[in-house]
Amino acid sequence: MTDCWSGFRPGQWQETIDVRDFIQRNYTPYTGDESFLAPATQRTQAVMKKLNNLLSLEREFGGVLDIDTTTVTSLLTYKPGYLDKDREIIVGLQTDRPLKRGVNPFGGIRMVRSACKAYGYELSPQVEEEFRYRTTHNDGVFRVYNEETKAARHCGLITGLPDAYGRGRIIGDYRRVALYGIDRLVEEKKADKARIGQEEMTEENIRLLEELYRQIDFLGKLKEMAAMYGFDISAPAQNAREAVQWLYFGYLGAIKEQNGAAMSLGRVSTFLDIYFQRDLENGVLDESGAQEILDDFVMKLRMARHLRTQEYNELFGGDPMWITEAVGGMGEDGRPLVTRTSYRILHTLYNLGPAPEPNLTVLWSEQLPEAFQRYCAKVSCETDAIQYENDDLMRPIYGDDYAIACCVSAMRVGKEMQFFGARANLAKLLLMSLNGGKDEMKNQQVGPVTEPWQGEYLEYEEVTRRLDFYRAWLARMYVNTMNIIHYMHDKYAYEKTQMALHDTRVHRYMAFGAAGMSVLADSLSAIKYARVKCVRDPGTGLITGFEVEGEYPAFGNDDDRVDAIAAEQMKLFSQELKKHPLYRGAEATLSVLTITSNVVYGKKTGATPDGRKAGEPFAPGANPMHGREKNGAVAALNSVAKISYDWCKDGVSNTFSIVPEALGRTPEERYSNLVSLLEGYFGQMAHHLNVNVLNRQTLLEAYEDPSKYPNLTIRVSGYAVNFHKLTREQQREVISRTFHEAV
Amino acid sequence: MAVTGRIHSFQSMGAVDGPGLRYVIFFQGCPLRCAFCHNPDTWEPAGGAEYTVEQVMERILRCRGYLKRGGVTATGGEPLAQGEFVEELFRRLHEEGIHTALDTSGAVALDQAKPVLRQTDLVLADLKFTTEEAYRRYTGGSLRHTLDFLALCEEQKIPLWIRHVVIPGLTDGEENILRLKELLRPYPHVERVELLAFRTLCLEKYRALGIPFPLEGTPEMDRQRLTKLEQLL
Repeated sequence: MTDCWSGFRPGQWQETIDVRDFIQRNYTPYTGDESFLAPATQRTQAVMKKLNNLLSLEREFGGVLDIDTTTVTSLLTYKPGYLDKDREIIVGLQTDRPLKRGVNPFGGIRMVRSACKAYGYELSPQVEEEFRYRTTHNDGVFRVYNEETKAARHCGLITGLPDAYGRGRIIGDYRRVALYGIDRLVEEKKADKARIGQEEMTEENIRLLEELYRQIDFLGKLKEMAAMYGFDISAPAQNAREAVQWLYFGYLGAIKEQNGAAMSLGRVSTFLDIYFQRDLENGVLDESGAQEILDDFVMKLRMARHLRTQEYNELFGGDPMWITEAVGGMGEDGRPLVTRTSYRILHTLYNLGPAPEPNLTVLWSEQLPEAFQRYCAKVSCETDAIQYENDDLMRPIYGDDYAIACCVSAMRVGKEMQFFGARANLAKLLLMSLNGGKDEMKNQQVGPVTEPWQGEYLEYEEVTRRLDFYRAWLARMYVNTMNIIHYMHDKYAYEKTQMALHDTRVHRYMAFGAAGMSVLADSLSAIKYARVKCVRDPGTGLITGFEVEGEYPAFGNDDDRVDAIAAEQMKLFSQELKKHPLYRGAEATLSVLTITSNVVYGKKTGATPDGRKAGEPFAPGANPMHGREKNGAVAALNSVAKISYDWCKDGVSNTFSIVPEALGRTPEERYSNLVSLLEGYFGQMAHHLNVNVLNRQTLLEAYEDPSKYPNLTIRVSGYAVNFHKLTREQQREVISRTFHEAV
Repeated sequence: MAVTGRIHSFQSMGAVDGPGLRYVIFFQGCPLRCAFCHNPDTWEPAGGAEYTVEQVMERILRCRGYLKRGGVTATGGEPLAQGEFVEELFRRLHEEGIHTALDTSGAVALDQAKPVLRQTDLVLADLKFTTEEAYRRYTGGSLRHTLDFLALCEEQKIPLWIRHVVIPGLTDGEENILRLKELLRPYPHVERVELLAFRTLCLEKYRALGIPFPLEGTPEMDRQRLTKLEQLL
């Protein structure tokens, strides 16, 4: 072990599992520019060409290249697979062939069955038979759900719940595999188990002990999985290539075991930089070699796949994995956590071409080195593939070794996890409050019965009073639903590999979500500042339409009258969620994030008092509604910045599109101006920004002729996506979004 | 009583009117009537709305976080036609440490311009035509006077960015661009010369105002040709 660590500065990290301490003692901040970066080697180009061919084949096959319907995915169920065995530097695939998808019925067998069917396959009778005698997570949940939850799910008041597939949003600390090797990790877990075995045998401790048993079991499987590829990962990695390989094995084990909605990578680049730096200083690696290792690693990440149903794709368009890697940020001691490898990982977007995965997320601080800020802006302008999150906002809460799960969910790596909870449709909640608890589309009683709104015109005070009542009901029902889901997920689909790469005792978040924030805010603003007349369906008597008389201030114009309504509604919802006890003592958090589900949410929601017609998409995340921002990009940014992170600790997502000409005349001016925009936005303690620098015309052309821009990558709510992997409906919605023509 | 200004509109941010991101104020009223003007709605001095300096400052300060590498640009209309207001606004901006740029054609009495220039960090000067005759004919202004204004900026040591709209058939000749270069030779404070492409986006505005567009039928300037002309500078 001492050999593997030679050249590293010793410290606490040697005594206990403490990756942060290792990083802090050993990393080399880099404040220079990108001029040191190396281009793709011939080898990289050749292997990438091979991958590109497979990717276009996958597209031609309707999005799924191949499914192994007979093998249930896990760490040891597939023979080793390769993209190009002789030339690969980093090895390991989820199945035995590139882009082939396995089946993972642990979350729910119905979902797997219908996914197979959708792509012209049939789940093998063997798997069907095996799972006849097995309880899946989905089975467990539906054994317990009450009628209320089922009705709320059915009409889309709560949607996208992880009750039929893996919940994801858990980030294993994959770095531990490289730094310590499996044997040491097993040793520590065994010691924890022995210690807890001496405590009172409470329900919590018994559960934890069984979980520890399973964690240790899967650490063993991880070692075996690596051995199948010819690597012994029982001891720490000895050089950069091994460090990347060991770390990737950890991640690979996780995605073989789990089909979680979002399977983030964490915060690995600065950790890995320590190994690259050591090899460079020892003269056993050069820049080109370092980049080549990282390029190959990223190629592997781009090949990660899960089998999803069509309904899933409607919610989370584009076949995403959310292999989110947090780059940059500042250390608590004031040194930037930017290293040469922060640049190298961004540079893969050039060496391999732009792509949505991994989901590169820059942790932005006003103190980041200027050269790095400029480089990030350049990458944004040229690839549209990265997102930004406010390190100055998050560092004081999570310290300097947190990462992002999915799009915007921060957590300390290896010390915290979250229970993912999708989202509630707050625009629909408003309509339900007016219709006495009935769903306006299905005419179905969902919430408690109250007398429907009788008046012709809506009155603000009375409407918000009703909303208060139904919000409290929603929060309780939503919490109950989430408690059930995560109880059952722990019971039937526990994340053995990922939790083995966490401390034994972790802090848990339960992440609730809100969709339709700007629709709700604008609706309330219309009721308050204009006159809104109700239109009733003659058949059902339900209020299904609204006539807005006069003007109202709309969210997205830096107008406090309505921005304050949006902020207050988020606060009220968050407060309401925090009133209820949560499974395993979790802390309730709230996100304003929709992924691409804003389209489906809109489809399932009747006309709203802001003038939005029935079925029209919502704005994504915390964005203002399309076309209602009349005062330019900055006013829109300022409005979103008012949604407080204190109440929305699971993230406030904002997607921003601007045409290049509006950002400046020359490329350099654009980079500098984008840095100014980020500085101004994040300076107000805003949380997140997706940046697209492109013309609507490009999207229109891509929509009409997919072959024209086959690799067009754009940022949507919280992640990047290949434009062609979106449904036609999602594509149209993206095109209809506001493109700022002036900043 | 607080001095007030007539303002046509605000653009919370511009990226093409001076260095960095800038808060842009369009002043109402202009003494010139340029044939290619893209803001005919700012001509009439009685239009727009009235604001105090503090009201304008309040708007700007909401965006101050974005302005560190940029600042504020006064344009129009002709901001120098409301010199007293602009001077006071720029003075307040300097108190806040915010960079000030003045986008002007210089078409006011030089004495009137002087106090404003004292508070100005950068002048974006429109030089509309390179001959006295064309200048008079297409703008109602004077080349001589514009050059005198540039000299005044020189005297006050204010950096200058010259802007020249390139119009097909009128100012897109190579000799015109070379003449422009020649005209600017005596002004060492000129840091940059921007050639702006003539565009017909403003046609709608003319129609809405019921004003005939003098260059109706003139095509938009070709970008590639513009790049070629830029190389002459």
